[in-house]
Amino acid sequence: MEAKIRALLEELPGKEGALIPLLQGVQSTLGYISQDAVEAIGEVLGISESEVYGVATFYSEFRLFEPGEHQVKVCLGTSCYLKGGRELLERLSRSLGIPPGRTTPDGRFSLETVACLGCCSRSPVMAVDGVVYGNLTPLQAKAIIADLDE
Amino acid sequence: MKRASDSVDLEKIRREAKKAWDDLFSADTLVCTGMSTCGISALACQTQDAIKEELSGRDFPARFMKVGCLGLCYAEPLVYVKKIGMPMVCYGYVTPEVVPSLVDKAILGDDLWKERALGIVDLPDIKERSAQTDIPSIWDHPMLKPQIRIALRNCGIIDPESIDHYLARGGYSALAKALITKPEAIIEEVKGSGLRGRGGAGFPTGMKWEFCRKARGREKYLICNADEGDPGAFMDRSVLEGDPHSVLEGMLIAAHAIGSTAGIIYCRAEYPLALQRLDIALRQARDYGLLGDDILGSGMDFDITIKEGAGAFVCGEETALMASIEGHRGMPKTRPPFPANAGLWSKPTNINNVETFANLSAIINRGGDWYNSIGIGRSKGTKTLSLAGAVRRAGLIEVPMGITLREIIFDIGGGIPGDRACKGVLTGGPSGGCIPAAHLDTPVDYESLAKVGSIMGSGSMIIIDEGTCIVDLARFFLTFTQRESCGKCTPCRIGTRQMLGILEKITRGEADLSDLSKLERLANAVRNGSLCGLGSTAPNPVLTTLRFFKSEFEEHILRGNCPSLVCKDLTSFYIDPGSCRSCGICAESCPAEAITGQFKEAHVIDQDKCIRCGVCISVCPEKFSAITRKSGKKVVQCI
Ligand SMILES: Cc1cc2nc3c(=O)[nH]c(=O)nc-3n(C[C@H](O)[C@H](O)[C@H](O)COP(=O)(O)O)c2cc1C
Repeated sequence: MEAKIRALLEELPGKEGALIPLLQGVQSTLGYISQDAVEAIGEVLGISESEVYGVATFYSEFRLFEPGEHQVKVCLGTSCYLKGGRELLERLSRSLGIPPGRTTPDGRFSLETVACLGCCSRSPVMAVDGVVYGNLTPLQAKAIIADLDE
Repeated sequence: MKRASDSVDLEKIRREAKKAWDDLFSADTLVCTGMSTCGISALACQTQDAIKEELSGRDFPARFMKVGCLGLCYAEPLVYVKKIGMPMVCYGYVTPEVVPSLVDKAILGDDLWKERALGIVDLPDIKERSAQTDIPSIWDHPMLKPQIRIALRNCGIIDPESIDHYLARGGYSALAKALITKPEAIIEEVKGSGLRGRGGAGFPTGMKWEFCRKARGREKYLICNADEGDPGAFMDRSVLEGDPHSVLEGMLIAAHAIGSTAGIIYCRAEYPLALQRLDIALRQARDYGLLGDDILGSGMDFDITIKEGAGAFVCGEETALMASIEGHRGMPKTRPPFPANAGLWSKPTNINNVETFANLSAIINRGGDWYNSIGIGRSKGTKTLSLAGAVRRAGLIEVPMGITLREIIFDIGGGIPGDRACKGVLTGGPSGGCIPAAHLDTPVDYESLAKVGSIMGSGSMIIIDEGTCIVDLARFFLTFTQRESCGKCTPCRIGTRQMLGILEKITRGEADLSDLSKLERLANAVRNGSLCGLGSTAPNPVLTTLRFFKSEFEEHILRGNCPSLVCKDLTSFYIDPGSCRSCGICAESCPAEAITGQFKEAHVIDQDKCIRCGVCISVCPEKFSAITRKSGKKVVQCI
């Protein structure tokens, strides 16, 4: 892991301000921030693990659990909230059998909420593996997930 | 490779770019698709693929182009078709299923497929105009007509991934002009324009630049705030996705004015497409010699890097944003010292919003006086606004300051769907307030919005109808600010939590009237005692709703009644046996499996299992509308 972190650091201009880009780098290769990664980043940057952990938990982008193969993010911005985002979340949460912030036991899906995808004119929206779907009903949302599961 | 070593070179490159741009409209058929995140979410990519597919094998030469968001998001996917010798027609709602008809009628046929046309995209560079047809110009469309597009001048018109398109439309000419102008004179011009920061606080931009210009230090940072954390705002995303070079040009002008050598764009990670298009734009600008050393032979060195935000609303606040770039938890600092003197890495720093930058090239080209002539009072120029919520034409607009909320909602937005009554409009997101329908004649400018207890903020406008519960809305915003509070100062950390607690009590019907005065006292304490703008504005949604909708709070408290039938603990759902056609959709959709019923038999909701999520109402076919809600205690349903 340490070698990986050092390689990521090579691509950055220096150690100054490198913590967040490193965490982002780890998350984009590993999918989440593992305990090893926290240790290794602390080691490489010469800061304490608690500082790394403190930053990783401050930002909602960082996941401390292993995500599913498919990542479902339901938007709960103001417009989506008012136009049925909660219902989407409720429906998906029930059909996947997990609360938001978790991954299904088979590792296929993880469900998350997001503060806003900036797609308010097409509320309610969700993003699956980065692709945004708009004007959804709970059933359409469920169908999109079901299609992926096939 | 094209590289401009001075402004003469730049003009040469521009001439070539202009020629290619003009050719686009005269050779072959051109098909443009609106491909911002909003369009893509409406299946614009599939639409474009379907058009290509339909045309393939027909030996019909056509060119394809992507454009950013024109702002008519409600009608997406948008496709423009320009046939040789004909004007360019914009079609709405072109989902993949519509493509065969589009190709048949609008592309291959001689007809312009008038029924589906939203308007003619009249551009100065296209000689075939709307006047030749009986389709009106798109600029006369009710959503576009009241607009003045400065920051959005290229959005929905050019390919955002083409620097040549930007150049063809006059791009980077303001930079060339600025580079031969003294920095002080530019600052004066910007001051004279009356431009105020579009990030929320509305601080005069020219004055901010002057502070930074005068600050001591050889290294100065210039930051573009593209964090756009307000849940409900998408102006900055649309500008970055639709015309990223306008932001870069604005930053270059600012860098020259304040004497900066290093620029940073702090963009939220939730905007992958904006990040991608920014990255492309930066590389193109470097290739063309518009970023890097000795820009256009002026001796100015300047480059820009992108920093990806990591999902924290407070990081939109300038000092927290800088802490975040430095790799820390994004917590604000007390000011002074101001960023102009000691900002990023303790160096003098100037920070402006995306839209602030996007306005600058027009101000330099056309003069501060021109910009100053638009707008009202101390709010000059235009403001981009995102329209969403209960409005027919949701989307992105840019209007002169001083236009009223009523004009925005009814003339531009087309009013409320289903002809329901407008209850109010939320401006400024979680830092703003809810302005009731009775105040819809309030002009949209910094001062007038503040007078009714709200703020302009970044420019999000969410329209609400009778179906929105005011108490639940206040609770929603406080849930957000409470969660996003960074925890550094006590009034915000504890105060927002306590306020949320009271609001939750009200939505459960467990509060008494004394809680309202407690709520108001707390709100004032949080407003006055917080360290940064997050805390000091967090009470706004509560204070404005208490001011304008107090009776709704009292209705929850005194009668356990949620008039809008939203608060879960005060609402129950049941199926009207007379209207139910036992189609079973509700039972299939119900996440709690609370609905049972046999074929040809009215369905029933088990009140003990029901989690009151409302999914059943949203799926019950409109022609049946069998599910109703009642406020108050649970309804026992008998068949
Ligand atoms: C909690 C909070 C969030 C903010 N979020 C943003 C934001 O997302 N984008 C932005 O441009 N400004 C935001 N601001 C305002 C910035 O602190 C700063 O005033 C602004 O970027 C300055 O640019 P301007 O003068 O061009 O408006 C926020 C302020 C606060 C207090």
